[in-house]
Amino acid sequence: MAVSRSKKRRIENVIETLKHDKAAIISIIFLIVVIILSLAAPFLPLEPNKTDIAHMLNAPSVHHWFGTDEVGRDYLARVIYGGRISLLVGVLAMLMSVCIGVTIGTVSGYFGGIIDAILMRIVDVMQSIPWLVLVTVISIFFKQGLSSIIIVIGFFSWMEISRLVRAEIMSIKEREYILYAEFSGVSRFLIIIRHLIPAVLPTIIIAATTSIANAIMTESSLSFLGIGIQEPMSSWGKLLQSAQSNLQNAIYMAIIPGLLIMFTIFAFNKLGNLIRIYVEPRVTDGTK
Amino acid sequence: MAKYIVKRILSAIPLLLIITIICFFLINLAPYDAIDSMTTPKMSEELVQMIREKYGYDQPVYIQYIRWLGGLLNGNFGYSIVNGTNIFDDLVSRIPNTIVLVLPAYLAAYIISIVLGLLAGSHKNKRLDKIIDGYASLGIAMPTFWVAMLLIYIFGYKLGLLPILGMHTVGVDTTADFLRHFILPFVVLTLSFIPDNLRYVRSSTITQYSEDYVMVQRAFGASKGEIMFKHVCKNVLLPVITKLGMALPTLVTGAVITETVFSWPGVGPYFIKAIQGMDYPIIMVVLVLSSTLVILGNLLSDILYCITDPRIRKMR
Repeated sequence: MAVSRSKKRRIENVIETLKHDKAAIISIIFLIVVIILSLAAPFLPLEPNKTDIAHMLNAPSVHHWFGTDEVGRDYLARVIYGGRISLLVGVLAMLMSVCIGVTIGTVSGYFGGIIDAILMRIVDVMQSIPWLVLVTVISIFFKQGLSSIIIVIGFFSWMEISRLVRAEIMSIKEREYILYAEFSGVSRFLIIIRHLIPAVLPTIIIAATTSIANAIMTESSLSFLGIGIQEPMSSWGKLLQSAQSNLQNAIYMAIIPGLLIMFTIFAFNKLGNLIRIYVEPRVTDGTK
Repeated sequence: MAKYIVKRILSAIPLLLIITIICFFLINLAPYDAIDSMTTPKMSEELVQMIREKYGYDQPVYIQYIRWLGGLLNGNFGYSIVNGTNIFDDLVSRIPNTIVLVLPAYLAAYIISIVLGLLAGSHKNKRLDKIIDGYASLGIAMPTFWVAMLLIYIFGYKLGLLPILGMHTVGVDTTADFLRHFILPFVVLTLSFIPDNLRYVRSSTITQYSEDYVMVQRAFGASKGEIMFKHVCKNVLLPVITKLGMALPTLVTGAVITETVFSWPGVGPYFIKAIQGMDYPIIMVVLVLSSTLVILGNLLSDILYCITDPRIRKMR
């Protein structure tokens, strides 16, 4: 009874917020559209790599909604396929950094002692190197390409998540039901899987949405600097890099991917807020 | 308190050492040998060996590390392997350019974000707050280089008002010319620094306004201005001041992207060029330098915190 009532109130909270926050509604619709387009791209009549020298740098028109690029490729197709890559990098890098962050954070918080000290010093060290510097340096280790960019971003963005998870675990492990489980001889591994991880799940989900947004931003910065996605593949950041040399004649080439990056990151952050309202009703109640 | 500060400084030293070790071995693990960029396939085996010996690459890694570390401490940062210039001299000529750009931008952003954050936080959920908060959420989502490109298009190409590359017009060395080059990157950087701090100030202002002491003050009939400037401001600004310490590393590597877009002759393009050219000695020095600044920055902000907040001082 109590559970379902609180669930109902949580959903009401979210709906209440949505009523007042048009930006949140638009964000969610935007995200759904972008995700559907990215998934459906191969089934659409789009040819992102077909060049057409006769129609280079054409401004947006009925024939090419987003115009054409410097070798006559349809920019709408490039943008949709670019979005596919941007989102893919965002999601996979997020999964990686969440997995690493949750593992390190849980182990560190639950076992404490020397393990905690060592792991947290590692986090300290990794956080001491400015991320842009760190990621660019690491990127020279890998052959440039899609999988390496995902690995680089995923491997070096888990530190914040691990800190958050660790802090939560440290307070949860003192709760009575955990102590009781320990006392009754449940193995530590099972306690972690059955009790601790589910308890920090809300934190993890919120961190995950931020993590996607950050990964998309990082990927676009790296691609823009020329050390990310390589031709002929493209991402929104990569598109902006090519747009830079055509800035004077084809400003739409810069505006479109930039707006998409901005709205996507904005939307993921909004989504994170909504989830926060759902899972942490106390926070929302406190700030009426 | 002095004891605490000394303790903090001492604990920073091993961290620094570990970072130099990691940087050095990271680069040594790289799939490319530093020697490759100095030699050509046509060179004879003996010549390659000579070059190897000249730069000390024939010795075991830990000896190389100790020599390199000793060099760092003596201000001998080594030489670029691509064009042979002295890295220390390169940095000495480039860091001031970066600071000249980043420092004013950071300070401007700092002041603007505090003012806007207090305004938004004290008008929670009113129109002003919605506008400011909306700007902050969009600002955080905007890639810096994209903002830079749009400004270049508008002010550089369309209006033709401002130069878009470099720090000076070749052959001209006047302050006016410098300022014309300075405006665009300055605005871009300022805009990119604002949202983060603005959100922080806004949310801590909101938290402060929901505290009991504000209600008490209201009950005693304190004016809005009094509550704001005598009480809320103080509590909001204390942690914000300590954040200044953490800005230290941005002075060197805070503008890599902006500098690259505008070809500003600072550390950014130098570093990116080194990355693209696999110029290891430069990459290592920038890595160590920037991490050192992060650690020093954290140290500084801890100390500032200790000095400004009497509650913390007592706890130690």
